Amino acid sequence: MTPPQVTPTGSAFAAILAKDLRAELRTLQSLPAMALFATTTFVIFRFGLDRTSLSGSLAALLGVNRLFVAEREEGGFDAIRLAPIDRSVLFAAKATALFVYLAVLELVVVPVFAVFFLDSAAALAPLAAVLVLADLGIAATGTLISSMAVHSRARDLLGPLVLLPLVVPLMIAATGASEPLLAVGGPGYERFATWLAVLSLYDLIFLLVGYAVFDFLLED
Amino acid sequence: MSPASASEPALSVAALRRDYGERTALEGIGFELAAGETLLVLGPNGAGKTTLLRILATLLRPSGGEVRALGCALPGEAWKLRGRVGFLGHEPLLYRDLSGRENLRFHARLHGLQGAPAEARIAELLATVGMQRRAEERVVELSAGMRQRLAICRCVLHEPELLLLDEPDSNLDAEGRLLARALIGPGGKRTRVVVSHDPERFEAEADRVLRLEAGGRAVAA
Amino acid sequence: MFSKGLAPLAIATAVTLTAAFALVFFYAPLDADQGFIQKIFYLHVPLAIVALCGFVAGGVFAILHLRSGERRWDAWSYVAIHMSVIFGVAVLITGSIWAKASWGHWWVWDEPTLVSFLIVFLMYATYYPFRYAIEDPERQARYASVFAVTAGAFVPLNFIAVRLAESLVHPRTFATANGGLPGSMMLTFLVSLAAMALLWVTLVKLELTAKSASGQLKRLRRAIDAPVAGAGSRIAPEVS
Repeated sequence: MTPPQVTPTGSAFAAILAKDLRAELRTLQSLPAMALFATTTFVIFRFGLDRTSLSGSLAALLGVNRLFVAEREEGGFDAIRLAPIDRSVLFAAKATALFVYLAVLELVVVPVFAVFFLDSAAALAPLAAVLVLADLGIAATGTLISSMAVHSRARDLLGPLVLLPLVVPLMIAATGASEPLLAVGGPGYERFATWLAVLSLYDLIFLLVGYAVFDFLLED
Repeated sequence: MSPASASEPALSVAALRRDYGERTALEGIGFELAAGETLLVLGPNGAGKTTLLRILATLLRPSGGEVRALGCALPGEAWKLRGRVGFLGHEPLLYRDLSGRENLRFHARLHGLQGAPAEARIAELLATVGMQRRAEERVVELSAGMRQRLAICRCVLHEPELLLLDEPDSNLDAEGRLLARALIGPGGKRTRVVVSHDPERFEAEADRVLRLEAGGRAVAA
Repeated sequence: MFSKGLAPLAIATAVTLTAAFALVFFYAPLDADQGFIQKIFYLHVPLAIVALCGFVAGGVFAILHLRSGERRWDAWSYVAIHMSVIFGVAVLITGSIWAKASWGHWWVWDEPTLVSFLIVFLMYATYYPFRYAIEDPERQARYASVFAVTAGAFVPLNFIAVRLAESLVHPRTFATANGGLPGSMMLTFLVSLAAMALLWVTLVKLELTAKSASGQLKRLRRAIDAPVAGAGSRIAPEVS
């Protein structure tokens, strides 16, 4: 029987659908991972973080994935690994790049936000301080995790999956510090110093961890 | 940076083994190579030729055995060796969105070369491989042959003493091969390890030959 | 190698568990407010403490693995985290039972320790898909160690942050903090804690012994070219 010149839509649809389901069933790895991600998102949401920081962190998470794409395409860090350099420098450079990326993003978004939500300009400086510290934390953990995720099978899913719980303390502290700042009637500074301390501690710890282990990450 | 003493070979490998989990990629590999000599590594696909090259390039750690290159013991002293080795692998190691010249500048800086001397060296290399007119175009717009020419420039940019070449002629046309000879061909003080699946092409240049078989073992000479 | 000391350890665990059981049911006084169900506290809190220490231990083993390159430390790290996750499930279940009995809901968001533990648990739950997604065994072991170190640092930070957040909104409801326990309760609590700790160590050693045995069996089989049954889990590190 000679096959038809153009395969009928129904058969094509069924073939592709069947292939997709079969492949997904066989690997079955994205399903548990996605369920886990959904659960964590729900927990964070339910815990009471405001929508702004949640959507902000989700955007950051997706952006983090871009960090190592160029390296992966070009052959997995080989160029860096062949060079006579201290490999932890790669961590510092990538983390700084991510920090700049986030900072630029905020430079665009925050003024818009301020116009609509900010009651008093006095809150801008402390708010900027909170954002800088939060960005540093995401830069450190984001660089660390995505440099590993880039070598994995489910690379676009794995990075955000692991990062989401990891940045929870950061998000809590950032929200805790910024929410009073945005209060109607002028900024409040309850526990501002405490939250800044938590943010700084988070940044310090993960910058150190990242710098210390990065050499092991690039080994083979 | 201590050069290998006159009596010590440029490369000496003994009982080299490399495992990937349960699979053994290389086993019982041993050879010596004096400075200025060329070693040709032959074998079918999957015999471990690329793995061997990557170990010598310090990109992989050996699972067992001893490797000494240019007076440095691997893997412990890999950091000493890195700046003295030029590696040409399957991937050109070029960033697609940068131009050829920008790529070479980046690699130069990673190796501690910058400013006017670096520019001069880059210009000289580009001219040697005939890429000077296309050096400002983004790598993604270049053909595979041109990328290979750029990769060859990248490989010798820092004037390495040891060249590790994996199928150096791939994607090159006759003119390209001729131009490349000046940079990575035999001669001079360059010690070379060339991997190829085409025995006839490089046989004339080889001082020694290592034949690998599937499973990563050397075939007895 | 791992089974050294396993027998006396198991005996010690059994003894301590029995002692704890006896103390909980026959010695510790009934709580005035919550009644009998309060006794689940002697299970829930020690489990939580041991699980958290287990996670940190997993991080320490991971550091040893990275520095020495010896694969057995990766096995220690994996099993420590694995066991702590299992203990973690028990923590969440007992916590849920206790919440239901105390406040009428299966879960409460007001209790910072519970919520914080849940987040830590979710963090370590990603350990499995993470390992599974990295195919090269050596790389998987290395990256898993980096994960364990990162997550280990995360545990205290998370607790601090959640504690601070909650205390802004709600006062601590779990008033029976360790500091405020009467003597008899404290003794029972400490014995339970010791029992859970010993149980954790025994189970970890047991799992490592089992892995070691099956690893040796595999090696022998391969050496004589006999068929090796089953591919083995892709994420559980092989122990020689």
